Amino acid sequence: MSPAKPARKIKTRRDAAKRGGPGRKSAGARTGGDRADFLARAWVMEVEAAERYAMLADAMEEHNNRDVAELFRKLARIEQLHADQLAAESPSARPPGLPAGGMRWDEGEEGPETADPGDLHYRMQPYHALAIALACEKRANRFFANYARKARNPAVRKAAGEMAEEEAGHVRLIEDWLKRTPEPVSGCDDDPDPPVLSD
Amino acid sequence: MTTAAAAVPLTAQAFKTDYRPIWCPGCGDYSVLAAFTKAFAMLELRPENIAVVSGIGCSSRIPAYTSCYGFHGVHGRALAAGTGLKIARPDLTVLVAGGDGDGYSIGGNHFLHSCRRNVDLTYVVMDNHVYGMTKGQPSPTTEPDWDSKLSPGGTGLRTFHPLVIALAAGANFIARAFSGDPNGTAQILAEAIRTPGFSFVEILSPCVTFRPEQRGWKDQVRAAPVAPTDDPARAAKRIMTDDGFNIGVLYKGARKPFQPPVGSGTRLPADLEAEFSI
Amino acid sequence: MAETPLARPEASSISIALTGSGGAGVMTAGTMLLNAAAEAGWYGLMVRSSGPQIRGGEAAALLRIAARPVDCLDDRFDLVIGADWQNIHRFADEIPLDAASVMVGDPDQGTPPEVFLKQGPRLGHVPFKKIAKSIPGSWPNMIMLGVAAASIGLPLDALRNALRKSYKKGGEGLAASLAAADAGIAAAQALPAIPRLVSARRTDKARWLITGNEAAGYGAIRGGVRFAAAYPITPATEVLEWLAPALSRVGGILVQAEDELASINMAIGASFGGVPSLTATAGPGLSLMTEALGLAVAAEVPVVVVDVMRGGPSTGIPAKSEQSDVNIAVYGLHGDAPRVVVAPNSIADCLTATQWAVHLAECLQVPAIVLSDQYFGQTRGVVDRPADLNFIGERSRAKGGAEAYKRYAATPSGVSPMAVPGTPGTAYTAEGLEHNERGIPSSQSADHVAQLAKREKKLRLHDYGRHWAELAGEGEVAVVTFGSCTGPVREALARIAAEGGRARLVSMRLLAPAQPERLARALEGAKRVLVVEQNQGAQFYRYLRAHFELPGEVRSFHRPGPLPIRPGEIYRQITEWSRA
Repeated sequence: MSPAKPARKIKTRRDAAKRGGPGRKSAGARTGGDRADFLARAWVMEVEAAERYAMLADAMEEHNNRDVAELFRKLARIEQLHADQLAAESPSARPPGLPAGGMRWDEGEEGPETADPGDLHYRMQPYHALAIALACEKRANRFFANYARKARNPAVRKAAGEMAEEEAGHVRLIEDWLKRTPEPVSGCDDDPDPPVLSD
Repeated sequence: MTTAAAAVPLTAQAFKTDYRPIWCPGCGDYSVLAAFTKAFAMLELRPENIAVVSGIGCSSRIPAYTSCYGFHGVHGRALAAGTGLKIARPDLTVLVAGGDGDGYSIGGNHFLHSCRRNVDLTYVVMDNHVYGMTKGQPSPTTEPDWDSKLSPGGTGLRTFHPLVIALAAGANFIARAFSGDPNGTAQILAEAIRTPGFSFVEILSPCVTFRPEQRGWKDQVRAAPVAPTDDPARAAKRIMTDDGFNIGVLYKGARKPFQPPVGSGTRLPADLEAEFSI
Repeated sequence: MAETPLARPEASSISIALTGSGGAGVMTAGTMLLNAAAEAGWYGLMVRSSGPQIRGGEAAALLRIAARPVDCLDDRFDLVIGADWQNIHRFADEIPLDAASVMVGDPDQGTPPEVFLKQGPRLGHVPFKKIAKSIPGSWPNMIMLGVAAASIGLPLDALRNALRKSYKKGGEGLAASLAAADAGIAAAQALPAIPRLVSARRTDKARWLITGNEAAGYGAIRGGVRFAAAYPITPATEVLEWLAPALSRVGGILVQAEDELASINMAIGASFGGVPSLTATAGPGLSLMTEALGLAVAAEVPVVVVDVMRGGPSTGIPAKSEQSDVNIAVYGLHGDAPRVVVAPNSIADCLTATQWAVHLAECLQVPAIVLSDQYFGQTRGVVDRPADLNFIGERSRAKGGAEAYKRYAATPSGVSPMAVPGTPGTAYTAEGLEHNERGIPSSQSADHVAQLAKREKKLRLHDYGRHWAELAGEGEVAVVTFGSCTGPVREALARIAAEGGRARLVSMRLLAPAQPERLARALEGAKRVLVVEQNQGAQFYRYLRAHFELPGEVRSFHRPGPLPIRPGEIYRQITEWSRA
């Protein structure tokens, strides 16, 4: 894919290494446990990603950016579908809630596939949103690939490998999607009106 | 957990409402909201047993975005309202939330005395160094040379140092968090809520509209390189000398919270009459 | 004791001032005299007047003791007993004398100030200090007490009982004080006589010794208040000081706040938590609280503020009375902000009015201001025990249900059930921004119009019953007043009635929301209406003019504090008007 040309004030692409936690050292892949543990982690990751996309969709809808809202909504549905598939595959995959103490991840403190709300802009274009999604899918792919490499349990290695493949598919999908999406024009985030006063 | 209904912990999502934030997309407060809900889920709380109290400003809109009981009061007085609520209803988990203008400027006196009083509540300030809702005026944490319409060329005033002031005034728990790390923030919030007494969590939360350069904070923040201390002198030195981007729990004391006993008196109102009778 | 010649005339009320500078103990002596009068079956009251000094300043205990209940100071004083006369001229306006008055002083402390002497009182001398020196452990003020007791014909056992009660441990202090009082009684025999007070009628009526500030505190607890936030301010502090231990005895709490902004917001926060709440303050504090009171209006959180009015504006005259907070109480919030304003009409009514205010605040989910004043607040009176009232704060509470909870739902009464935190299924955000029925902020006109109407309607539709005012008498002349002016008006009307005249009293307890229909009915047939109040700007009169129809000819009698409005002034206003 061609490098995105983000508009002046919109920055949507980041180095994944800078992601999330403020310089927290990665504790190394937490790759112990059995297949059920792995699936639970994967499920939490997908659900968190879905919920975050839904939140971003809400934010864009509230700010009358319908195109991007729809795109985030679509991404939310895809991630939720993914989570549901995992749950269907192994009912034990679905933990009752966020694990006490929160889920720790290799890359930063949020799930590898979870988009950062800080990357949004109310005038952002679908192209920017897809760039965010692409970064998420790449992180997810890297996460599972890492998992597959380091896990000692063969069943986990197999499952993680499959997930990494799946995420790689998503990466390709979004790259194609980006190719079909017009690049943002310069000044797309201009707003002739000043911000409004509220409270 | 004492009731059957409370046996199943809720997910973070259960602490959100369908009412959509008016915050600008990109605003750090979205992530703070996410951190709130994650912390509540982690602590296995129930929304009906939490009250989120706020004043006025962008960040003070947060109560209605949670599924908890909320109180959106007047500018600068959130800590007072939260204090009254917690003292009258010690069974509730009380969080007071707001911004730097609300908490450090108009509400400065309540900040000092809440630290002193040490009521068991958690005070969260989403600090973006600017008044957002009134279109970008300098706040107490704004840099002295930051140019604005109201203070052209900057205020020329040194910035307020909320953490060291909280420490000096007696806050029992002091932490700095960064909105760009909702899970890390959730961990800090959960610890703040769990710690008895007045817990103060300053969250660096960028304003992408009036301080777009704050998008760069994510590259400046780092985990505080040292473990939390219970020694106020050490904490003061650390807080005074860091560059404002050390993230983590910076001080954690063991001071007894202020909570007068509620409901211990069992006399009837009519019993009070005796002192007036001739 | 004090068996003075039977030829002495009797009076139904005697007024006595005890004066002296710091260390003289005139307040203690005055309190004991009032206690003793209460023991004797009499009624009475004591007003404290002091210089601004924290210690050592000049002070005057202004007492009125009577065989029947009294609500105000009289037009004049029968007796002034001065430990000394240093700076006592500053009280000249507060202690009017005439040729029938008696001034008693210590000859070693010089002569009374000219400003008193020119009013022609008879003079008497008692060497208080010398006598006190001759009785080891005694104080001059106890000799003053004896003089006062003898002068009014106070039964000896009542005086002794009162002294015993104040020296609970007995001992040498009590013995010395008893001896000193006896010496005062003996010394009184040689003094010019004043009328003796008619003996108390023995009744079964329970009586209380109480200040308006204590009564307000007790009324709050009776109404259901269990949380108070406090910031000290003269002359309201005693409400809070009385409440601090009292609340804890009934399972409630009082918290001292860092300022009035905090105290009102703490009270509102606690009330949001479901606990009926109150704070007490005076004008400067009320000014600071108005923003938060507007929040309580908009967010519909019940809260009660007792405003013990003092001279204003600004810091004004902190320790003296004035009814000049009418405007801020009825108008002092920004926006259209309906609130309840209630004014007690006597010391004892501070209980009733405050209890009622709690009831109204809770029922209507609205802030209620109780307009007391320094006179009520800091005057200790012997009063009939107020009747028990059923006014308990009963808030309409939401129950958790399947329906999406609408905190600010439109209801026929305008009052919507309020959820208490801790209740599952009814979480909402109490909102100071204009909002829709769910409490979600809204700037849409339909929501603003609907919510404004709801908040206005709930106050308008409520049936306030007979407590809206105290009505008495009949006739074509009517006096409309409120608060501490009620006492002198009542007494003026009694004098007119004693002379065969007829006039009616309307003392409004409910100032806001205005009840124009009720006042119109109360004034039906009135040809002359006199409006009486204690402030410079005729605030109450103008409020009545704005919101009520007043029949016939209407006059305003108003003047600022700190001097109390006296019965004679009102009597003259009415009688001179009748002759005009």
